[in-house]
Amino acid sequence: MNRRQILLLLPAAAIAWDFVLAGTPEEAPNYNAMDHWWGMLLDITKCIGCGSCVQACAKENDVPDGYFRTWVERYHVDDWHIESPVVDSPDGGKEGFPQSELKGGKNFFVPKLCNHCVDSPCTQVCPVGATFHTADGVVLIDYNYCLGCRYCIQACPYGCRFFHPTRHTAEKCTLCYHRITKGLTTACCEVCPTGARQLADLKNPNDPIQAFLKTHAVQVLKPHLATGAKMFYNGLDGSVR
Amino acid sequence: MNKFQDYAHLIRVAAVFLLGAIAFVAVRAAILPKSFGRYGYYRGDALQEITSRLVAYAGHQQCEGCHPDVLEVKAKGVHAHVNCESCHGPLAKHAEDPSAVKPVLPNVATLCVRCHSENIAKPSGFPQVDAKEHAQGQLCNTCHQPHSPGFEAGGKK
Repeated sequence: MNRRQILLLLPAAAIAWDFVLAGTPEEAPNYNAMDHWWGMLLDITKCIGCGSCVQACAKENDVPDGYFRTWVERYHVDDWHIESPVVDSPDGGKEGFPQSELKGGKNFFVPKLCNHCVDSPCTQVCPVGATFHTADGVVLIDYNYCLGCRYCIQACPYGCRFFHPTRHTAEKCTLCYHRITKGLTTACCEVCPTGARQLADLKNPNDPIQAFLKTHAVQVLKPHLATGAKMFYNGLDGSVR
Repeated sequence: MNKFQDYAHLIRVAAVFLLGAIAFVAVRAAILPKSFGRYGYYRGDALQEITSRLVAYAGHQQCEGCHPDVLEVKAKGVHAHVNCESCHGPLAKHAEDPSAVKPVLPNVATLCVRCHSENIAKPSGFPQVDAKEHAQGQLCNTCHQPHSPGFEAGGKK
């Protein structure tokens, strides 16, 4: 074999090696991300602040104590003072709420979690592409690729991200991606006793939540930020931040 | 011709840039994960890693498959839409191997009050009591049937 032949063979060998490295393609799972577009309905008129969702989330996703992928806040709005509500959330509402010492006014619970924004600020700021959007509208973190720079934690206007104390990466709600891709609902929606939280497939016209969204005055959190949040709140008071 | 007199300088500079470009492409190809960019600006394999996580909560459909009797009782009462694992906890392991993993009965003393203790922020229509005053120290299931705590005549209410 002369030098000319070797030089001609090299590119072919490189292409062949690329296929060897790629390995056999994985079997396509039973789930087509293009058929779904996930969101959630959170009905404040139904939330009783029991904290079942917070507990279930921690058990399902091994969320460390003192950190929350979802949490519940209690609002107290005195008369018309919607600019200065009194908000508490003891241990994220995990063990429920003790009776309030504040009397009168408006009082209600607000469950919170990652809004899985369409134009998410957290994804935009990640310098390495470790946080991303799936084709079905879920914002996820690649724990093996995250550097732990915490930029996304600062960028999230909803405070939904935290720094995992032992894994040393960013962490947040995955919308139970390991469950919804198996045809189950999220852990928080599964255990919610009043139906205050319900997963919604916005691409499925037969989803009952879609009918609810079309006939009720729903709102997302901080709509002026135009993040494209997909957590829809029914009965959201103007005092909620 | 004077213009191109010292063109050797240009060739050296061009060579340095070329080498730099080759080095950049080579290093990038070596350190970039294979699946990066398969679906977007992220590592495609991450999706597989996240979806392969095991579930802890089996889901009520699975419970109802083996316990249709409880479903029947539950369907008649006000707890019809409260899913099994809301009170009984995560039981995917039990569903997978019912004989190996036995669920523990929930502690009634702490379970019921999670939802039904009085709180000003709860929707006013939701049944809530001051547990101390209401139960006088008795357990809730002394009077109430947890799977169907309705107010029908006869039996526990």
